[in-house]
Amino acid sequence: MSEKKLNLTLKIWRQTNSKSVGSFVEYKVSVSPDDSILEMLDELNDGLERKGELPVSFESDCREGICGTCGLVINGEPHGPLRKIATCQLHMRNFKDGETIYIEPFRAKAFPVMKDLIVDRSAMDKVLQAGGFISVNTGGMPDANAIPIPKDEAAEAFDAAACIGCGACVAACKNASAMLFVSAKVSQYALLPQGQPERYIRVQKMVKVMDELGFGSCTNTYACEAECPKGISVKNIARLNRDFIKARFTSEMVDI
Amino acid sequence: MVKLDSKIPQGPIAEKWTNHKFNMKLINPANKRKYDIIVVGTGLAGASAAASLGELGYNVKAFTYHDSARRAHSISAQGGINAAKNYQNDGDSVFRLFYDTVKGGDFRAREANVYRLAEVSGNIIDQCVAQGVPFAREYGGLLDNRSFGGAQVSRTFYAKGQTGQQLLLGAVSALNRQIGKGTVKMYNRKEMLDVVVIDGAAKGIIVRDLVTGEIEKYSAHAVILATGGYANVFFLSTNAMNCNTTAIWRAHKKGALFGNPCFTQIHPTCLPVHGEGQSKLTLMSESLRNDGRIWVSKNKKDMREPNNIPEDERDYYLERKYPSFGNLSPRDISSRSAKEVIDNGRGAKGQEAVYLDFRDSINRLGRKTIEERYGNLFEIYETITGENPYNVPMKIYPAPHYTMGGLWVDYNLMSTVPGLFVLGEANFSDHGANRLGASALMQGLADGYFVIPYTIGDYLASYKPALVPVDNQEFSNVAKGIEDTVKRLLSVNGKMTVDEIHKKLGRIMWNKVGMGRNEAGLKSAIEEIRELRELFWKEVKVVGDAKDINQTLERAGRVIDYLELGELMAVDALQRNESCGGHFREEYQYEDGEAKRNDEEYSYVSAWEYKDIGSWELNKEPLEFEYVKPSVRSYK
Repeated sequence: MSEKKLNLTLKIWRQTNSKSVGSFVEYKVSVSPDDSILEMLDELNDGLERKGELPVSFESDCREGICGTCGLVINGEPHGPLRKIATCQLHMRNFKDGETIYIEPFRAKAFPVMKDLIVDRSAMDKVLQAGGFISVNTGGMPDANAIPIPKDEAAEAFDAAACIGCGACVAACKNASAMLFVSAKVSQYALLPQGQPERYIRVQKMVKVMDELGFGSCTNTYACEAECPKGISVKNIARLNRDFIKARFTSEMVDI
Repeated sequence: MVKLDSKIPQGPIAEKWTNHKFNMKLINPANKRKYDIIVVGTGLAGASAAASLGELGYNVKAFTYHDSARRAHSISAQGGINAAKNYQNDGDSVFRLFYDTVKGGDFRAREANVYRLAEVSGNIIDQCVAQGVPFAREYGGLLDNRSFGGAQVSRTFYAKGQTGQQLLLGAVSALNRQIGKGTVKMYNRKEMLDVVVIDGAAKGIIVRDLVTGEIEKYSAHAVILATGGYANVFFLSTNAMNCNTTAIWRAHKKGALFGNPCFTQIHPTCLPVHGEGQSKLTLMSESLRNDGRIWVSKNKKDMREPNNIPEDERDYYLERKYPSFGNLSPRDISSRSAKEVIDNGRGAKGQEAVYLDFRDSINRLGRKTIEERYGNLFEIYETITGENPYNVPMKIYPAPHYTMGGLWVDYNLMSTVPGLFVLGEANFSDHGANRLGASALMQGLADGYFVIPYTIGDYLASYKPALVPVDNQEFSNVAKGIEDTVKRLLSVNGKMTVDEIHKKLGRIMWNKVGMGRNEAGLKSAIEEIRELRELFWKEVKVVGDAKDINQTLERAGRVIDYLELGELMAVDALQRNESCGGHFREEYQYEDGEAKRNDEEYSYVSAWEYKDIGSWELNKEPLEFEYVKPSVRSYK
């Protein structure tokens, strides 16, 4: 455990609500290198509250990188400069004494800012509600071992399913495209035998809602994969595209 | 005094659930849509219940304080889910899972509930696989299993170290399907602040919209709470930041008895506290104990680097004390042993930590094998601590993780308030005084998928509860009470922040109602908590407005409830003059330091009835063990 504190300048996005105009506000802090960046914000807020000032609103929950609640743009990058971690896993020892850090919310048309660093990501759930499931009711299932699934395919489905729904892919994309997020769910089911019956209807339904909600088109620049805390591969986007094109020619069509 | 009726069905244990399912009343499909059901919480229990009830045709209203159902803390469960499939042909059975769970719970759980849990465990795995949950598989394409603490068979199904995530996403996918169909209406960013009880039955809830700050009323024929546990009463725990006791605590104050509040689980393998700014603790999966050896120095205040401490000066205390289970001893026993060596002054470099060392495994199996097994966890460790566990032993320490206690429920999962059901970690029912690893996920999904869909129908068909409109006076009274509390919180304007008071409470709880408890400590804890409660209302400072996103206000409301619950935990621990499972009373131990249970006097569930703030009446549900005879729980 390190003793020496880091003195930092923070420029944090403050915005009263979704209708107001926001701006950066500067704060000086002195933090332990063992703190996570969210713990640094906790301490900043504690100090603000003591002075009777409004704390910085930001969201987090598990602080273990799995719930997908936290998501800040740190020095221009969703979840900050390190790869394959969520914001909550970024520790201050990765910054230098005297550094200035810019902290802002995820920016995307489909993610309106609600207050300070909190954005509304409910559009992602709407895409899942359109088709991100296998249509089975509870009960009466065949034995779990009745369907053998090759280990590699199950592992590939798992890698797609590891998405935490944080929205960093959308925030990283110039077009604010949700293709990585949507394709991860499409791929998980496309890779598994259980997902086959609805495979081609599912992809059409999800893409339709995705487009309606204001997410942009894929830029093919792979910024999404680079910023994804779980390293979800852009191969999933290729799979979605293949399935979507095939669906438009070979299966029952969804009006788009 | 409340008359506690556990409603355990008659007959041999293996037939109880089957008979009960047949005896319960049904509602025909066309009539189900006439019933509204509120489900609070969207973790494994809540999401699976809401989805299953929606599929059956009920009108479901599901509530979460998160922006999305998927964020619920079940998502963080790492290790796995138990099920008595016996796929490994290693002697597992429904009866063995039942037996292990009753024994693991140190004979303080209700046999009939535990048996049902074991009985439906296999269906859960079938259900999850059908939903597309990508469990780990063998090369032949069949499901893989691993072992967990407290069991000698391999019955744990897993998806890397992210089993909770995959199971929750499965349950939430079923929920999303029903939301899309319109059978479930999802209410995000709304926090339940009270339950409305009219003529003795649950008729609805009051919530605060976390965006607008509006206090809103919702009515239903029945209310289900699936709002998780209360380990955040300790401030530092492995629970997520927002996990809280408010929903169940306020239901408790409306008449739901609270079962075994002092039964809390302290998980042995968490990362130690790094400093004052620490906001929560991080769990390292129990699976690490398969290959890691736990030790401390034999010398007090040994400040040497661990790699410089020679073999003969190391004390592998779990292997020494429990040779047959060793490093895989159950959680309560492992945590307590860590406390013991640290209290003895032998913590790692004088700190509150012990070593979890992979040196011998790396030498035996090679670094590559260890990397394949635990690479992900080692990376997490290094990200957080900045130390490389391939070269230096990990430092770990126990941390509050799970609460076995919760609202008292009968066999139908109904609380003492008719129409108010409680599922998952929020109820007290299945784990007794200690929960075994990989059993929380099993219970959450058992309750939601396979128990509540049957038992709630029986309630609705038998009681024929009426729907009370939200303009009823009682709804307004309860809402007014909440608005008054909000105003009061914002008006104190003292000098202490909410977190500062919560941390003080956490310290009292950890020191006196934590791993080791004694009469004097518990009595002083009760006094200190009462003083702190008074201090809260004099000195708390809650900034911001009521009608806005106000996270400080949200936390303040939760801390009010912790300050009351904390006292009840101490009161419960004080009345239980025995040691069992996670409840270790220092006065009651054998000469070798093992927990001394007292079956003569304490073989009961303590079910506390709320009278007033700081005042409760104890009701007892006697526990009968017909199938698993209580014995000394030895892992030696």
